[in-house]
Amino acid sequence: MLEIKNLHARIGDAEILKGVTLTIPDGEIHAIMGPNGAGKSTLSYVLSGRDGYEVTDGEVLFNGENILEMDPEDRAATGLFLAFQYPVELPGVGNANFLRTSLNAIRRKRGEDELDAVAFLKLARGAVKQLAMKEDFLKRNVNVGFSGGEKKRNEMLQMAILKPHLAILDETDSGLDIDALKIVAEGVNSLRDEKFSALIITHYQRLLDYIVPDMVHVLAGGKIVRSGPASLALELEASGYAGLEAA
Amino acid sequence: MSTTTEATIQELAAQKYKYGFSTDILMEEFPKGLSEDIVRLISAKKGEPTWLLEWRLKSYHAWLKMEEPEWARVHHPPIDYDDLYYYAAPAKPVPKSLDEVDPELLKTYEKLGIPLNERAALAGVAVDAVFDSVSVATTFRDTLAKAGVIFCPISEAVKEHPELVRQYLGSVVPAGDNYFAALNSAVFSDGSFVFIPKGVRCPMELSTYFRINARNTGQFERTLIIAEDGASVSYLEGCTAPMRDENQLHAAVVELVAMDEAKIKYSTVQNWYPGDAEGKGGIYNFVTKRGACRGKNSKISWTQVETGSAITWKYPSCILQGDGSVGEFYSVAVTNNRQQADTGTKMIHIGKNTTSTIISKGISAGHSNNTYRGLVKIMPGASGARNFTQCDSLLIGDQCGAHTVPYIENRNASAKVEHEATTSKIAEDQLFYCRSRGLSEEDAVGLIVNGFCKDVLKELPMEFAVEAQKLLAVSLEGSVG
Ligand SMILES: Nc1ncnc2c1ncn2[C@@H]1O[C@H](COP(=O)(O)OP(=O)(O)OP(=O)(O)O)[C@@H](O)[C@H]1O
Ligand SMILES: [Mg+2]
Repeated sequence: MLEIKNLHARIGDAEILKGVTLTIPDGEIHAIMGPNGAGKSTLSYVLSGRDGYEVTDGEVLFNGENILEMDPEDRAATGLFLAFQYPVELPGVGNANFLRTSLNAIRRKRGEDELDAVAFLKLARGAVKQLAMKEDFLKRNVNVGFSGGEKKRNEMLQMAILKPHLAILDETDSGLDIDALKIVAEGVNSLRDEKFSALIITHYQRLLDYIVPDMVHVLAGGKIVRSGPASLALELEASGYAGLEAA
Repeated sequence: MSTTTEATIQELAAQKYKYGFSTDILMEEFPKGLSEDIVRLISAKKGEPTWLLEWRLKSYHAWLKMEEPEWARVHHPPIDYDDLYYYAAPAKPVPKSLDEVDPELLKTYEKLGIPLNERAALAGVAVDAVFDSVSVATTFRDTLAKAGVIFCPISEAVKEHPELVRQYLGSVVPAGDNYFAALNSAVFSDGSFVFIPKGVRCPMELSTYFRINARNTGQFERTLIIAEDGASVSYLEGCTAPMRDENQLHAAVVELVAMDEAKIKYSTVQNWYPGDAEGKGGIYNFVTKRGACRGKNSKISWTQVETGSAITWKYPSCILQGDGSVGEFYSVAVTNNRQQADTGTKMIHIGKNTTSTIISKGISAGHSNNTYRGLVKIMPGASGARNFTQCDSLLIGDQCGAHTVPYIENRNASAKVEHEATTSKIAEDQLFYCRSRGLSEEDAVGLIVNGFCKDVLKELPMEFAVEAQKLLAVSLEGSVG
């Protein structure tokens, strides 16, 4: 379970998060919507521990543990995963090597055995197939020269292999064609169980047709200004965010 | 600082350079300092013929008249050449076979990851082990001899194959070529000799492992590799030294000769002790390496991974004489803390349709300075010559320096010379991306740096590529955060 309580965070002098409170119980999927610049990506970075984001108040508990003091890599080991809005390119670093290094780093931290090359390749090939990606994806360099949609799919490949307990998807649906959108949704849905939860940041109702959320929240001006059931997304699509920011 | 913290720090520093131990063994040393007598002593010790003694003496007198070069971007206090030992060797006579090698030495090499016992050795790699001034063992000589390949200490080659040594020694790097080459020519003690006869592909990787052990001792090894028509060989050298507070001088000369259609691939993993974080101690690595592509369509390829040494001054070069000959230089140079590297290559195009490729990756961290210095020279007769140069620098932190000094001299209008250079930093978003996937900051740096160097690392023989990757990560430990 993820519990965000009265979270305030700033970048430099600018206060971006101004008291976010949000609870995602195990097994649930929540969506966050909200206007550009509202602080959605900022929230995802604060949750995953990026440098330069200063938490000035509030706390974040993940399965009862305060994660704000932890390094990003330790948060990953506890099962947190962020699918980036803008996935980063790593020139010269092979995708398969990156995935395996990452999986084994997490397994090591959890006291589990590392996967050898053969076992890993089997796992990776399976995931590539499930995501309907070309097999040469594994051989290419991490995100280098990938199309926008391919980068997003690559994030989903990482998620499929790392099998997080809490996945934050920051606009993973932006830039995806309709087939890719379905595949991403299947990827998330296939992880769904009573232990898995997700926070899906999106601007579009479209994705939520395929991944039906338990709750929808609106983040505006650094605060959750409205929460409601899946139907809230439809409502927002019709009426926009006008009038919400002041609340 | 409390003594316990001091001890912990020393322990940590020691961990980072895991080859920093020294071997306690009875040594024979000549008196300190350099004179004609010392040169004569070295030559006599090795039972050399008169022509070689004369060559040494000529070199010594040439050296006396020369000045240490000052054009490189490196700084160090003046070296007192009279305060060095020029010859140090285990006191026991050189063993005739592997079974007779001093167990203390075998242990040393085992600890360095180079077992000299042929059964335990890396499959497919023959090793010549040079300890201070002498070669202490060479493995797989019989296997190689069957193929007609000569692989032995150069001091032995002087005795067994004098005509070959006399023909080629100094033919690529003349005795008076430069200050350090002249010094080496006067006092060189040992090194490897390789001869691959006509049409033979050397059946194994050849490798020399250089170990400096003795205190205040210079190491002056000399390597000579000859590949006759159609022959090919892949050769690798590795280097380590104990951690000592004083600087030690290493001034080597390597000469390569490739005849028609011959191929020589020369790889270096240089991990001499770099000194401590404050810049105390470490090896001065002043090396002259040059290959002559004498035959048509011959090829010489230098690959180097330079992570060690307090100062590196080295420019492995190719003289492309034969028509259609090919020169390659692939380099990774890492500097951290107070290390200084001024390294690069020279490609001299003389023959028609000669081609050269230069890929240099410099990584600077800490307070270090890393310079690429290269010369591409196209002579008037080199019609159709081509060069491609790519120099990339990666900076970690903002206290270090990266410099690129490319010289191009093109005297043939039909030649094509291309040069590309980039400088970048490890981006914060790359580090965060890796860390959010579970990698520690240091592993993330290691991964990104290895990615940056990939085009060079893939040129290394497979057995050593993995080792080199680990070495890169270790060399940069403590460079972020
Ligand atoms: N490094 C920074 N320095 C200053 N301001 C920043 C920095 N990074 C983000 N911001 C500001 O923080 C605010 C929130 O940005 P954030 O990226 O979290 O928005 P978002 O809700 O994800 O928007 P979008 O829907 O466009 O992705 C914006 O006003 C942005 O300009
Ligand atoms: Mg955003």
